[in-house]
Amino acid sequence: MSAILPPQQRIWWKQPIDKVELIWITIAFVWCMVMFFMMPYWHVYGRQNLSPETYRVKPELFQRAAQEMADKYTVRTETDEKIPVVAPPAGSDVYLIARLWSFWPILELKKGETYRLHLSSMDYQHGFSLQPENINVQVLPGYQHVITIQPNRSGSYAIVCNEFCGIGHHKMVSRLYVKD
Amino acid sequence: MATAQALFRTCPRTGLQFHKSAESLIKLNAVAAVVTLLVGGLLALLLVLTRWQAIHLIDADNFYLYLTAHGLDMLVAWIIFFEIAILYFCSSTLLRCRLATPRIAWLAFALMVIGTVTYNVAIFSGSATVMMTSYVPMPAHPAFYLGLILFAVGALIGCFVFLGTLVVAKAEKTYEGSIPLVTFGALTACIIAIFTIASGAIILIPTWLWSVGYIKHIDPAMYRVIWWAFGHSSQQINVSAHVAVWYAIAAIVFGARPMSERVSRTAFFLYICFLQLASAHHILADPAVGTEWKIFNTSYAMYLAVLASMIHGLTVPGAIEVAQREKGFTKGMFEWLRKAPWGNPVFSGMFISLLGFGFLGGISGVMMGTEQLNMIIHNTIYVPGHFHATVVLGTTLAFMAITYFLLPTLFNREMILPGWAKWQPYVFGIGMGVFTLAMMGAGTLGVPRRHWDITFAGASLPYEYPGTALLMLAICGISGVIAVIGGAMYIIITVGTLLFGKKLDAGAYTTSITPLRLPVQAALSGHGGHGGGFAAPGTFVLALVFLTAFVLYYFVNWKYLSTVWGLS
Ligand SMILES: [Cu+2]
Repeated sequence: MSAILPPQQRIWWKQPIDKVELIWITIAFVWCMVMFFMMPYWHVYGRQNLSPETYRVKPELFQRAAQEMADKYTVRTETDEKIPVVAPPAGSDVYLIARLWSFWPILELKKGETYRLHLSSMDYQHGFSLQPENINVQVLPGYQHVITIQPNRSGSYAIVCNEFCGIGHHKMVSRLYVKD
Repeated sequence: MATAQALFRTCPRTGLQFHKSAESLIKLNAVAAVVTLLVGGLLALLLVLTRWQAIHLIDADNFYLYLTAHGLDMLVAWIIFFEIAILYFCSSTLLRCRLATPRIAWLAFALMVIGTVTYNVAIFSGSATVMMTSYVPMPAHPAFYLGLILFAVGALIGCFVFLGTLVVAKAEKTYEGSIPLVTFGALTACIIAIFTIASGAIILIPTWLWSVGYIKHIDPAMYRVIWWAFGHSSQQINVSAHVAVWYAIAAIVFGARPMSERVSRTAFFLYICFLQLASAHHILADPAVGTEWKIFNTSYAMYLAVLASMIHGLTVPGAIEVAQREKGFTKGMFEWLRKAPWGNPVFSGMFISLLGFGFLGGISGVMMGTEQLNMIIHNTIYVPGHFHATVVLGTTLAFMAITYFLLPTLFNREMILPGWAKWQPYVFGIGMGVFTLAMMGAGTLGVPRRHWDITFAGASLPYEYPGTALLMLAICGISGVIAVIGGAMYIIITVGTLLFGKKLDAGAYTTSITPLRLPVQAALSGHGGHGGGFAAPGTFVLALVFLTAFVLYYFVNWKYLSTVWGLS
């Protein structure tokens, strides 16, 4: 009988399965297992993993840490708003604040070095989207997202907010430099 | 006794039997669905013409406002109203019984309508521009959350009416043996809907209380985890519902029967078991959620649900192929497909839905659900590209296809503009197909979702996306307009048919239930369940083409990932 009628045989669960179905289920299952193992595999052998530390943090404390970093390592300011460009030493903790509607400060990093990037928001949820690299991470208020990053190309990058955060969302864009 | 008073009519063209109360409720829910589709479609036109940077039609405030309304009216109202209609159809009509508690079903409908109006008023008054996700702590007007809660309660009641109707059918012995596969698919959708709505309640009710000031703080990370347990699983209601519709259309158009009940039902069952957990894949780039937790839930849970979709992707066309071969279309691999009724929108809509959902929606969904690949996709326009493939190409187009069957059967009207109807699935399907591909292309280039102006005009530190990204958005604009035209054709045909279509013989209402007889045409016998033959070689070849595309695209993405910055 058809799919809109009750099964013809009452004991339908004992009917044998067509060969074509059986082969396809096997293939599909094997493929699903390959995909299953790719994630743990990449954690062992791949270099791009998001296995960050995260902490709860009060916005004021996070802001203070960012301010301390900026006070120590600011090399110049940019734009009319005098946003500090901060060049912290390789291997250090770097802080990036997201708030309506900007990122603060501008970071200047060295190619090939690793940094512990701390991300948090002062108000709503924001998105950290590094362009043209296309690395995208969620930024939440009250949480500190710590990712170890290693820039592999020098140049000027953009940080675009890609989580809707209000009317000025589309102007929430900043910059990040990587020097040789 | 309610049974004694219940009125039934048998459709003279299909032999389907409608309980009068169920029939009114199916009609009403379907009409409400089409009305919200119209609203959502008009908004869609404004949105695509805005993201097409060369036109950039509306201002920022209204863009975000319309985007919020578009998401909710389409994903919530259009789809769930239609699903409630499907639930009532799959229970009362297919099981040839009366609808349980019609009065409560009316209450459900009323709540859903009130809910829809309430949240729309909140959005259009400008005080709830928070997107479909409404992530805390971004506030919306309390009426926004309240409207969603009322709608959800209504839908939940509708689910229980469906379950009650199954009980009625069983008790009154209106069918023998197990429920039909299509009804089983609807049951899957219903079960998923119930636990989904429970998750929604767990998060939306406190959020509403927060919006009116009774609760001080909602943790944003917790909000996201629970919200997605609702937001993602609710999409699995749609998948179950539209896969059930695929099976129904295969049965209606071809008289096809499932290749094996066991396989198809097990595949539905996998959705029930694993989809709730797989919603973890929306928070792969989040803080506060452990990596192990993310991998665990997106690996075994998601891939077993993917497996279920891969099975349906074979068994639905497989059933059609077998039915066609029995009718004598046996030449070569694909005569069965070439000689399929491509001019019948019920079939063409369903087949385009199947291809679009599988190739575009399925494959892209797996990319987003892979922990590391998600990093190069998260919150880019790739994400709406993916879900327009699943929910619009997949669900919406399947629902459109079944509408063309329901117009004469349920509404007793001869369809107007049959020439338009013939083309409608192609216009809509091809427009939407190109639209989703262009969105995914732009997302791969980093274009963010929910963004009014990617040229960042007036920003103090602007950035220029590659020219290809702007080209992709232009293609989105053009194909989006084509898809909107396809959607408008659907609305003109359905509304026009209801208003002006020639009235057809409806059959008389009687109080007696006619015994089960085969609707549409005699079901074919003989295929399936033999175990020995290779029943559907053409479908198998198509499945291998699909798999090849899947594997290639999967590893291309890993290759791309390996070139970005080292992260840990
Ligand atoms: Cu933002």
